[in-house]
Amino acid sequence: MNRHLLSAADLTHDDAVLVLDTARELAAVSGRAVKKLPTLRGRTVVNLFFEDSTRTRISFEAAAKRLSADVINFSAKGSSVSKGESLKDTALTLQAMGADAVVIRHSASGAPHRLAHSGWISAAVVNAGDGTHEHPTQALLDAYTMREHLADGAGDLAGRRVTIVGDVLHSRVARSNVLLLHTLGAHVTLVAPPTLLPVGVATWPCEVSYDLDAPLPASDALMMLRVQRERMDAAFFPSEREYARRYGLDARRAALLPEHAIVMHPGPMNRGMEITAEVADGPRSVIVEQVTNGVSIRMAVLYLLLGGAEPA
Amino acid sequence: MTSTGTTHLLTDVRPLGADPVDVRIEGATIVAIGAPGTLDADGARVLPGAGRVLLPGLVDLHTHLREPGREDAETVATGSAAAARGGFTAVHAMANTDPVADTAGVVEQVWHLGRDTGLVDVFPVGAVTVGLRGERLAELGAMADSAAAVRVFSDDGRCVSDAVLMRRALEYVKAFDGVIAQHAQEPRLTADAQMNEGALSGRLGLRGWPAVAEEAIIARDVLLAEHVGSRLHVCHVSTAGSVEIIRWAKSRGIDVTAEVTPHHLLLTEDLAASYDPVFKVNPPLRREHDVQAVREALADGTIDIVATDHAPHPVEDKECEWNVAAFGMLGLEQALAVVIETMVAPGLLDWAGVADRMAIAPARIGRRAGHGRPIAVGEPANLVLVDPQARGPVDPAASSSRSRNNPYAGRDLPAPVVATFLRGRPTVLDGSLAAPLAASRP
Amino acid sequence: MATRVLDEADISRALSRIAHEILEREKGAEHLVLMGIPSRGVPLARRIAERIATIEPGADVPVGALDITMYRDDLRLKPARALEPTVVPPEGIDGRTVVLVDDVLFSGRSVRAALDALSELGRPRAVRLAVLVDRGHREFPIRADHVGKNVPTSLREQVRVRVAELDGLDEVVIGEDA
Repeated sequence: MNRHLLSAADLTHDDAVLVLDTARELAAVSGRAVKKLPTLRGRTVVNLFFEDSTRTRISFEAAAKRLSADVINFSAKGSSVSKGESLKDTALTLQAMGADAVVIRHSASGAPHRLAHSGWISAAVVNAGDGTHEHPTQALLDAYTMREHLADGAGDLAGRRVTIVGDVLHSRVARSNVLLLHTLGAHVTLVAPPTLLPVGVATWPCEVSYDLDAPLPASDALMMLRVQRERMDAAFFPSEREYARRYGLDARRAALLPEHAIVMHPGPMNRGMEITAEVADGPRSVIVEQVTNGVSIRMAVLYLLLGGAEPA
Repeated sequence: MTSTGTTHLLTDVRPLGADPVDVRIEGATIVAIGAPGTLDADGARVLPGAGRVLLPGLVDLHTHLREPGREDAETVATGSAAAARGGFTAVHAMANTDPVADTAGVVEQVWHLGRDTGLVDVFPVGAVTVGLRGERLAELGAMADSAAAVRVFSDDGRCVSDAVLMRRALEYVKAFDGVIAQHAQEPRLTADAQMNEGALSGRLGLRGWPAVAEEAIIARDVLLAEHVGSRLHVCHVSTAGSVEIIRWAKSRGIDVTAEVTPHHLLLTEDLAASYDPVFKVNPPLRREHDVQAVREALADGTIDIVATDHAPHPVEDKECEWNVAAFGMLGLEQALAVVIETMVAPGLLDWAGVADRMAIAPARIGRRAGHGRPIAVGEPANLVLVDPQARGPVDPAASSSRSRNNPYAGRDLPAPVVATFLRGRPTVLDGSLAAPLAASRP
Repeated sequence: MATRVLDEADISRALSRIAHEILEREKGAEHLVLMGIPSRGVPLARRIAERIATIEPGADVPVGALDITMYRDDLRLKPARALEPTVVPPEGIDGRTVVLVDDVLFSGRSVRAALDALSELGRPRAVRLAVLVDRGHREFPIRADHVGKNVPTSLREQVRVRVAELDGLDEVVIGEDA
């Protein structure tokens, strides 16, 4: 493993499987009476959140605490540029506090990369979502969830078909998922209106479809991405109704999926927009499981980055 | 401006790379040129040229000196020093200062600051619109008539995107032989844009700045210039598509000139993958294909000149997240080095071509009669002595600029400038400033 | 240059003896649980359980696995390692006598980590330790209750236990680069 986890592309096939295997062993800890391991005793993990995300922060916090790390939550929202401290000053503060790992969420793409490579800080950096770039731990927990349902919880996802639907252009989850799923051998199809696909998506290791119905019968997993209503105002699509009709998941579409297929969503959901409540709460939905698996995945990442010796 | 009255004899120098000669400079003027060893050294300070190349002093049509307003980034004095060390004898100071150079008062202030520093001639560029706001024309005539005698007008940093306003500006400056230098960037297509739009921007999650946003404005503007019979200059051409449009316009006889920056001749968008904002610039670094196209266009004259777009920024505006960092990079000190590396070394341009693209043509576009002159007896001694062989890693800390946002840091590049003469007075000797800056200037 | 100190037959005899000793000491198989320490402790624990079943027909001693990686005190000396499974038998460990089974007893640090790991899984009535090889050089006040063979070693030597389930053959070799 690299010293940092900034992009899903940092993970080789063996790294990714190691994280998933480790998470699977650690998942058992959550079922025990004593939900704690002494592994990171004396190490300090800083949750540096420049952007609100209670669910991701809590997930990392639980993961770090279950490994006995000291956790410092540093909510820096609004303090980045115009007022208060710069990223650099914040980094120097964390360095002075002896942070061993910094989990960073930032609205600017590349901010974790900057933190890791600027020389301001010696801690391991974990990207907890940066702008419209990446969210590698989300991709890992998604892959974990898929592996549990589609590959008996072992090995990789070779040959599995995953369809990711929605605002790919602005989605860090989609970017990380495409990279990681490709590494794990899955076939990915992105489905979106052409306005919500990035220029150059043809170079990504996946297929692209503008039609949602076509890939459904062959999909083992279907991931619906959040679509923000504000995108409508910027002319990415004409109306909520039209979006939901063309790209939303309702019961009719869900019925096109194979029997074993699962439905996923990274949250938070816009019920009625990209997914109907009926499907979100239905038997195929593994959305709640994704949240549970997030803690195990983040424990695995923190253990693998911090548990051993620093690479020379 | 007065000269020191010193007499210099440059021996064994090759004007525009031609056969070696000796050149005698008295006061501000070249007084004699002769075969090596044939000129009178009497009373002259002799500078052995050792077969180095002599070029007319370089002229930059696109420099940000930041004064007034952002003296923490650059001043007229520090920018002039950087220019002299880059081999320049004249720079055009862009109008996006604070206050904006949109009145005779501000351009005269900048012009005076330049004259007081005395390392290069500083020719202020006037804003096209009041406050660069793109709403109404600034007092272009008053700036033209001022002591600064402004001939180049630009809202650089912003595009004059309103077609009617652009048409009026193009028409209006004909009265005093001015030129509108357009920063071609369709604003709606580039809202919050961070880097070249393409596969890489998609992967990095950085908002794209599409080539079409530059090309669409250039296409519109050359047609407007043709329609009203005006002179148009296109700033920092960065795409292969822009080159094609300008080539087409020139073939139609449209009076358009264009510039390319050193960084667009050398660097590509791949550098953005570091998320290091030192590589964040507007227009953005493009693809290899575009770099090849602007090099060829500069070689064949489709692009007329090299202009630095020297854009100093203080450390805190670059040591931050990419999307909040300022656009721009330094250019004055490495401009000639980059042109040697990208154009001369591969055989795309000879030394006469370098003199044309970096001195003669920019002076002509800016209507500056005292610069970009032939190296001949009776001409003003604005000269730069160039060592084509010297090279080494670029050290940003060694810069005369107040800023350090040097995209070439650590890169092995030519280090060509040996000496610069402004009207017979050496501003740079042995690569260093010939005289310290006046201590009284802030 | 490696020397084989135990062969297949030696290992088989040692495990049988350990099985007998355990039964004797615990006065039967009733409240026993065998917990193997991965990797090689796990198959060894299984074999001991099989032998107990032969000696006392009807005795079905639960076998589990106890990964100690997360409890080690030398984690930061090496790159992070992959975890091995921890399997607690359905019967649990509360109130039972847990016999920890490992291949080699050396410094005692692994056993210390295993005791910590065990304490977070429940509260056994007693904990015993069975090892195939005791090579000496203890750094903790720990000793084994059941030892297959004591093998005096120098610190420079390595002891390598191979088991058929993982390595294709049964043997214990010792050497400077075993």
